[in-house]
Amino acid sequence: MTLNANLRVTRGTFDLDLDLAIAPGEVVALLGPNGAGKSTALRALAGLSPLTSGSIALGESTWDGDGTFLHPEHRPIGVVFQDYLLFAHLTALENVAFGLRARGTRRAEARAEAARWLDRVGLAEFAQRKPRALSGGQAQRVALARALATGPSLLLLDEPLAALDASTRLQVRSELGRHLAEFGGHTLLVTHDPLDAMVLADRLVILEHGRAVQQGPPAEVARQPRTDYVANLVGLNLYRGTANGTAVDLADGGVLTVASPVTGAVHVAFPPTAVSLHVARPDGSPRNTWQVTVAAIEQHAHTTRVRLDGAPSVLADITTATLADLRLRPGDTLWAAVKATETHTYPA
Amino acid sequence: MTRHRVRGRLPVVLVVPAVIGLAFLLVPLAGLLIRTPWTSLSTLLSAEVGEALRLSLICASLATVLCLFLGIPLAWLLARSGLPGRGFLRALVTVPLVLPPVVGGVALLLVLGRRGLIGEHLDAWFGISLPFTTAGVVVAEAFVAMPFLVISVEGALRAADPRFEEAAATLGASRWLTFRRVTLPSVLPGVVAGGVLCWARALGEFGATITFAGNFPGETTTMPLAVYLALETDPDAAIVLSIVLLLVSVGVLAGLRDRWISGPT
Repeated sequence: MTLNANLRVTRGTFDLDLDLAIAPGEVVALLGPNGAGKSTALRALAGLSPLTSGSIALGESTWDGDGTFLHPEHRPIGVVFQDYLLFAHLTALENVAFGLRARGTRRAEARAEAARWLDRVGLAEFAQRKPRALSGGQAQRVALARALATGPSLLLLDEPLAALDASTRLQVRSELGRHLAEFGGHTLLVTHDPLDAMVLADRLVILEHGRAVQQGPPAEVARQPRTDYVANLVGLNLYRGTANGTAVDLADGGVLTVASPVTGAVHVAFPPTAVSLHVARPDGSPRNTWQVTVAAIEQHAHTTRVRLDGAPSVLADITTATLADLRLRPGDTLWAAVKATETHTYPA
Repeated sequence: MTRHRVRGRLPVVLVVPAVIGLAFLLVPLAGLLIRTPWTSLSTLLSAEVGEALRLSLICASLATVLCLFLGIPLAWLLARSGLPGRGFLRALVTVPLVLPPVVGGVALLLVLGRRGLIGEHLDAWFGISLPFTTAGVVVAEAFVAMPFLVISVEGALRAADPRFEEAAATLGASRWLTFRRVTLPSVLPGVVAGGVLCWARALGEFGATITFAGNFPGETTTMPLAVYLALETDPDAAIVLSIVLLLVSVGVLAGLRDRWISGPT
């Protein structure tokens, strides 16, 4: 049974219009900047807020639309909230058993099942702890166990790793990946972290301003971004233009020479590491050279990222040694060079 | 060191009225303790005192239970439902707080009295008559005390994060189950604090009680009424009654405070 959703929600000036189809066992990540409508989509799927129009259906069963509205307590869902929302007055075990009890399982049975789930997430010895006595990573795992314990058809994860510190995150992410792989239902992961999305999801849906702007497998999205937001997420320079042979006229000014001839509307992408900077116009193999002005310089872990204005504007990663050689300052004029073979061209 | 410095900086303009205020609250109680005829206390503790005390405790407790049953749902309605005109309703609920209790008693008589708007039918159809009965005492006390509970619980509900209720709904809990297992436990300190205030107010209630329920020993004469009556005939007995009422209410409040209300302050 596929989950089919046509989510239309209008609230004030904001307007969400998103079509989603999730196959059983599939993990779809809804990735987008803050305010893109990710949470609105999740709330609509959970039944916490109704659709303005459109529909949500799992197989033959309609959850929303056509005059039907299934309240959240009647939908076969599990939700992991961003800050987990564990019930503070209940122990970890009682939190996990809550959904089973609410859905009519007998107390002893519910507690036994909850204990099994805590064991699966590696928290058997923390069953009697109250949420405030759990670490962030442990609370996240209790929240996951609580959401999965009722055997939901649709698992909704709202920024499940956002509240964790960097070191815990790595471990919890891989554990979450393992549980999602074992889960046979439909999963929607809402996140603004591209790494979470890339690692955990089978398919990405990029949401901007309430619209899906791109979707596909993580590898494809990472290689062929279609919007500046995605390009920025995956760390690529991205340009739109019209190709005629190996020359691409860019929409925002400038011309790039690409490796193999194409025609029509295309995207051209290349990583910031492919850009080299020179004081004088370089000769030789680089096929693209153009004059740029230094707009900003940011220090990253092992490289320096230089934001350059020009036709086109470009991001360049240079080594600290190059930075020292060039003695860069904002406002300096330089030459940027990119080899045609380093560019990646694909239809727009 | 720091403490000493801070203490040195307390402004006189605030300290002097604060000390006077404290004395104003405590000196009358001290006077009561000083004037108590401790030696003859046991002889003054008559059967009537015991009866009045028992009646007071029972009526205040029943009134509190009544307030909990009606007041918690009312607080929920004010805090959580999208009911239009909630602000106006909230203002109405607080009216008994500012109303002189005697006026409240008169109002109760007009509505629930033998010839009252509702009392007339209660009497005719069910043979129930509330005024001048022990049940009438409970009604009068509940009328005066309920706003304390409603305001306390409503404040706690408004401070509680409604997203926990959403989480419960996604786990399959009905609204009633969510209320019982999630909402109510999360506002329990507010409910207990409100219940204690409500109980204390009911225990000390005088004006509405004497107006609506009258003063029949063993039936409607609660401790405050007994104190007032004794003051006219036997001042020593009034002191003893007062001291008993004081000890009981302070004792109960202190006990509950340790158990429930004390925060991390």
